[in-house]
Amino acid sequence: MSAASVQLPNWITYGLMPILNLTLAFVISGLLIWLIGESPINALVLLLRGALGNGEGVGFTLFYATSFIFTGLSVAVAFHAGLFNIGSEGQAYLGGLGCALVALALDQYVPWYVTAPFAVVGSAIFGAAWALIPAWLQAKRGSHIVITTIMFNFIGAALMVYLLVNVLIVPRMMAPETRIFLDGGRLPRLDWLMAMFGLRLGPAPFNVSFLIALVMCFLVWLLIWRSKLGYEMRTLGASPSAAVYAGVRYVRTVVVSMLISGGLAGMMALNPVLGSAARLQVEFVGGAGFVGIAVSLMGRNHPFGILLASLLFGILYQGGNALSFDMPGISHEMVLVIQGLVILFAGALEYMFRPALVRIYQNLARR
Amino acid sequence: MDYFDILISILGSSIRLSIPLIFAALAGLFSESAGVFDIGLEGKMLASAFAAACIAYTADSAWLGLLAGIGASVALGLVHGFSSITNRGNQIVSGVAINFFVSGITIVLGQAWFGQGARTPQLTSAGRFAPIILPGTDAVRGVPVIGSLYANVISGNSLLTYLAFAAVPLSWWILYRTRFGLRLRAVGENPGAVDTAGISVSWLRYRAVICAGLLCGFAGAYLSIVQSAAFIQDMSAGKGYIALAALIFAKWKPVPVMFACLLFGFLDALSNFMQGRQVPLIGEVPVQIFQALPYVFTCGLLAGFVGVATPPKAGGIPYVKER
Repeated sequence: MSAASVQLPNWITYGLMPILNLTLAFVISGLLIWLIGESPINALVLLLRGALGNGEGVGFTLFYATSFIFTGLSVAVAFHAGLFNIGSEGQAYLGGLGCALVALALDQYVPWYVTAPFAVVGSAIFGAAWALIPAWLQAKRGSHIVITTIMFNFIGAALMVYLLVNVLIVPRMMAPETRIFLDGGRLPRLDWLMAMFGLRLGPAPFNVSFLIALVMCFLVWLLIWRSKLGYEMRTLGASPSAAVYAGVRYVRTVVVSMLISGGLAGMMALNPVLGSAARLQVEFVGGAGFVGIAVSLMGRNHPFGILLASLLFGILYQGGNALSFDMPGISHEMVLVIQGLVILFAGALEYMFRPALVRIYQNLARR
Repeated sequence: MDYFDILISILGSSIRLSIPLIFAALAGLFSESAGVFDIGLEGKMLASAFAAACIAYTADSAWLGLLAGIGASVALGLVHGFSSITNRGNQIVSGVAINFFVSGITIVLGQAWFGQGARTPQLTSAGRFAPIILPGTDAVRGVPVIGSLYANVISGNSLLTYLAFAAVPLSWWILYRTRFGLRLRAVGENPGAVDTAGISVSWLRYRAVICAGLLCGFAGAYLSIVQSAAFIQDMSAGKGYIALAALIFAKWKPVPVMFACLLFGFLDALSNFMQGRQVPLIGEVPVQIFQALPYVFTCGLLAGFVGVATPPKAGGIPYVKER
């Protein structure tokens, strides 16, 4: 019997294996840091201290994590329906347009809590719209969704640069960005929440979108495991032919799953655009869409797992910033290296240790 | 400048811009024909560009630079193979991981080794491939139309440019006229059949990703030691993805791949030329339109407006020998 078909207990599959993979990724990152001539232990201490050592660090960590929760959920929802949406990046970019338009229209007239629901809906609609054509192409023409969503990332990027440079830019300004939103178009920071834990937020842009992200985690859980649509999606993901045989409407389910996925990706824009920069800027997504793939994989496509994985990547991002600040020999891009290694070992090579673990487990079980 | 000179200069730069695309798209062709999706083209190209620039600078030799570029790219290809063939991991995820890793490591190492903010030092002429002037250039230069075309577009390119155009028929020959090519394509369509015939699916796919690594190595080296004279942060700038689009646009066939790459290179050259210029009746055309066009074309093709593109059937699916 091949090792692939042996059942392992859950604590190995969901606990030990990801931990082993992560450890390997960090060991290799450490080796690279050592190669550059810095101390890996020092780097790790600086990274953790920068990410979790004070209120400001925690605030930034949670701020980054918020973005990753949205994109992670986006990838996970599509994944449950058997679709690999790597277009979260572009959908989030377009989502930024949606919430920025809402903020620009409303910020002069109403307080933020009136703007916020419209902004959520706006970002979700624009993100979903950007997922619509790839979804339709997949459902109707069978074009591979991975390919079309990659293409739409680039088309979206070109579109957004065009809009920012030619349409949305403030006249007579150089920077391709919208005007700064007034308070009515901003999501307030959560300093009261941090204060409850005795931490001071400082300048960290940790904001209300974190709470929206938590709500979305719950809603996604409800959708996937407690609704008819979610059941249909999971059936489709497990076996498209069985799903169609059982009466699941293929085109509808594919398109709806992708719209939800795109909508969640679009909402990611709330965090940087309304919560932090208070204006729409070029390339504000900054790879969060791709991090979403890693987050969703590591979180085993479950909202709770995604929450944990997002926190991990938030720590990496903020810790990496602090690290490059404290260790001038290591540039900020070390984060990308660690991230790549984490995606490689926890994602693509997730079953690398499985055969060995199966052997050890069987030997132990036999005794 | 009269219109003919403009055309010549745009054609010349389209060829220069399409060379990395041709190498990378052929790389993708080998990999995907064997059923291994490769969105790590971008990363391999970037890694090769960095390695080529580093070694070409330290050893002051373009050839060693090229070799280093190929080495780096093949190594990443093997990583991709290890995760997607041996460990049957998700091929897209593996590609994404490689792209992330490379976009970071090139900057980290560049900064650590040279301290010029992710740039490598400027190469001397020994570290680059010089333009090759084809025989008879001076003789035909005076001839109208053809002379100018020959002297400015066909002649005077670097060795790698001619190699790219040679790689197209060579790839066709390997894929469609050799036993290796037949098996490679078979493994992308129906790996079970290949396995039944007693041929190792894994080893074939490994050879495919090695071929892909080799070709991406050329693409990257072209960027850093032919087109420019140093490595610059993120210098592949999405070319790996455009190559992927070209590969699909060409429906996974070698000769159409070349034409698709030339078309996308032409769009790129046109967008550079049009920047800030007025077109009669339309006014200034935004550059972003040209940047988006390759992807719009490819999506149009995928939507079935321009024929149908059928990918290799077993693409992206890891092969499991036994259940």
